[in-house]
Amino acid sequence: MSIDRRQFLKIAGVSTLLGLGTAAAVNGIRRDDVEASQMEPGPDALKAKRWGFVVDMSKFKTEEDYARVVHACHSIHNVPDYGNPKDEIKWIWKDDFEHTFPGQEDTYMAAEMKEKPFMVFCNHCAQPPCVRVCPTKATFKRTDGIVMMDMHRCIGCRFCMAACPYGSRSFNFRDPRGKDESGRPFIKELNPEFPTRTKGVVEKCTFCYERLAKGLKPACVEASGGGIVFGDLEDPNSEVRQLISKHYTIRRKPELGTQPSIYYIVGGNENA
Amino acid sequence: MLEKALDGGKGYWAWIFLLLAIIGAGFIAYLFQFNYGLGITGLSRDVSWGFYIAQFTFLVGVAASAVMLVIPYYLHNYKKFGRIVILGEFLAISSVIMCILFIFVDLGQPMRVMNVMLHPTPNSVMFWDMIVLVGYLTLNVVIGWTTLGAERKEVAPPSWVKPLIYLSVPWAASIHTVTAFLYAGLPGRHLWLTAIMAARFLSSAFAAGPALLILLAFIVRRVSKFDPGKEAIQSLAKIVTYAMSINVFFFLLEVFTAFYSNIPGHMAPIKYLFVGLEGHTRLVPFMWTATALAFIGLTLLLIPNTRKNEGILPFALIAVFVAAWIDKGMGLVVGGFVPNPFERVVEYSPTAPELLITVGVYGIGALVLTVLYKVAVSVKEEVEAGGAGEASHH
Repeated sequence: MSIDRRQFLKIAGVSTLLGLGTAAAVNGIRRDDVEASQMEPGPDALKAKRWGFVVDMSKFKTEEDYARVVHACHSIHNVPDYGNPKDEIKWIWKDDFEHTFPGQEDTYMAAEMKEKPFMVFCNHCAQPPCVRVCPTKATFKRTDGIVMMDMHRCIGCRFCMAACPYGSRSFNFRDPRGKDESGRPFIKELNPEFPTRTKGVVEKCTFCYERLAKGLKPACVEASGGGIVFGDLEDPNSEVRQLISKHYTIRRKPELGTQPSIYYIVGGNENA
Repeated sequence: MLEKALDGGKGYWAWIFLLLAIIGAGFIAYLFQFNYGLGITGLSRDVSWGFYIAQFTFLVGVAASAVMLVIPYYLHNYKKFGRIVILGEFLAISSVIMCILFIFVDLGQPMRVMNVMLHPTPNSVMFWDMIVLVGYLTLNVVIGWTTLGAERKEVAPPSWVKPLIYLSVPWAASIHTVTAFLYAGLPGRHLWLTAIMAARFLSSAFAAGPALLILLAFIVRRVSKFDPGKEAIQSLAKIVTYAMSINVFFFLLEVFTAFYSNIPGHMAPIKYLFVGLEGHTRLVPFMWTATALAFIGLTLLLIPNTRKNEGILPFALIAVFVAAWIDKGMGLVVGGFVPNPFERVVEYSPTAPELLITVGVYGIGALVLTVLYKVAVSVKEEVEAGGAGEASHH
């Protein structure tokens, strides 16, 4: 059978379209295309079945102890500072006991306890409501328990912010790469190793996935001087599990069934 | 049939150009938002949804309310609604278009909106909301256009429309149920975490939607030769009365559960809305205005003499409509975010560009509605004139 050039082009064109269409359809259905921004872990990568933190508040003594941890995280992750609470972006910050654990406070509790600051950040829930509601899988749970963000897929609908019962998520209400009126950039010291974000996407703590992949501890852990411990919650011999078994720990809003992966040692060692 | 929208008097064109001007202003405001980001609005990390999403939520209800005409006419053969059922279907079309636009202007990355289809995620209620809204829009366009076309030719609608009409009934319920599920399934948002949310949404929708429809019917009667019919309007008014009574009842159920159980988290947002929380009272005057309007509107509707009085009825309907709008278009969404997950109160109010964009979207809805109603009314006028001519001829 002989075909002319015109027919050949027609057939080739149609088959290409069919092929692309089928591939797209199959890719759309396959489950394993979810983790779009998963990094290939290096040979020294730290691995776990379920990453978690234990925060020992007794190790945080001065204002400087909190500030150092916040700065360690925000500076390496290019978290912008707009200088106003409305547009604020934060990955890790402190709030007092009364507001971190609402419902736990009581009239006769010592003011010192009520006002005691706690480090708060994404809980990397085992049952994350943010992941459940995301319409594009831009936020997803990795097999190691980290609740991740794909900033290139996020459409900025902010359903995840409504769903998160911990207020862990921030939205880029304006361009973080911009400058304020006096010409100061919102990102004070740019870290070229970590991507900056664009306006209109949601972001939050990502458990320093980029550091784990290189065998490094999360930045907050490193800066906390033992105040924040991380490890595998599924491993009974891990440091985090040892701490949880020896101390009385609490989690934020456990009654919601989200199964947060951050445990707080409330009273420090003396209460053990 | 669309050509009929091009044939109007001075008043018609003045109205069209007014709408185009409003849409233009909204569009310019949107360009600013597109360029600067959503920081141009009053939204914050604490109140992350506001006016846009609230209008979307309210309008889903207006769209769903077409079913209040479809059920009596098609399922119970209530002939009086035959003349106005098309007005309900066309109102649904314009409402769903506004819903989609309100979602769009609320997106931080609107250019990525197709990601919802490229990465279909059935565990997200928003995915299902997209499906039911697009489906409902399609159903109403097909049903409305086909039945109107048949009416114009003075023949019965083709038989394949019937199954679609029946399908549109549960579909209407589904759009508002799924929209309620956007809210009612979120842990830690006390105002929203309630099983009666979808039922409340439907009852307020079936009050506000038909109320608007009667008001539109009054306007249509004034500006054209087409009369929707006194009896049809009165029947709809009864539907509004029942739905609003149920809506108020459902709301009181929420108040009882929150305050008799005395659970602080459940009481806090309702306190914020009606008496203020920690000195923050921005929504209090609005919520009491809504309460007063609901009470006045419902009283006027419940008393047969005032309901039947067409001089009073519009005021009762406006009262009910505004009450439902404040409740859903202002209180519901913001109340869900206050207090925030840290039990702190951060308030929200829309900014000028945000309001301009909102009014612009309503302008688009009004334009679509005007064009569709113009077509529908022209067809009806034509058929009636033709019918009358024929009658006199014989």
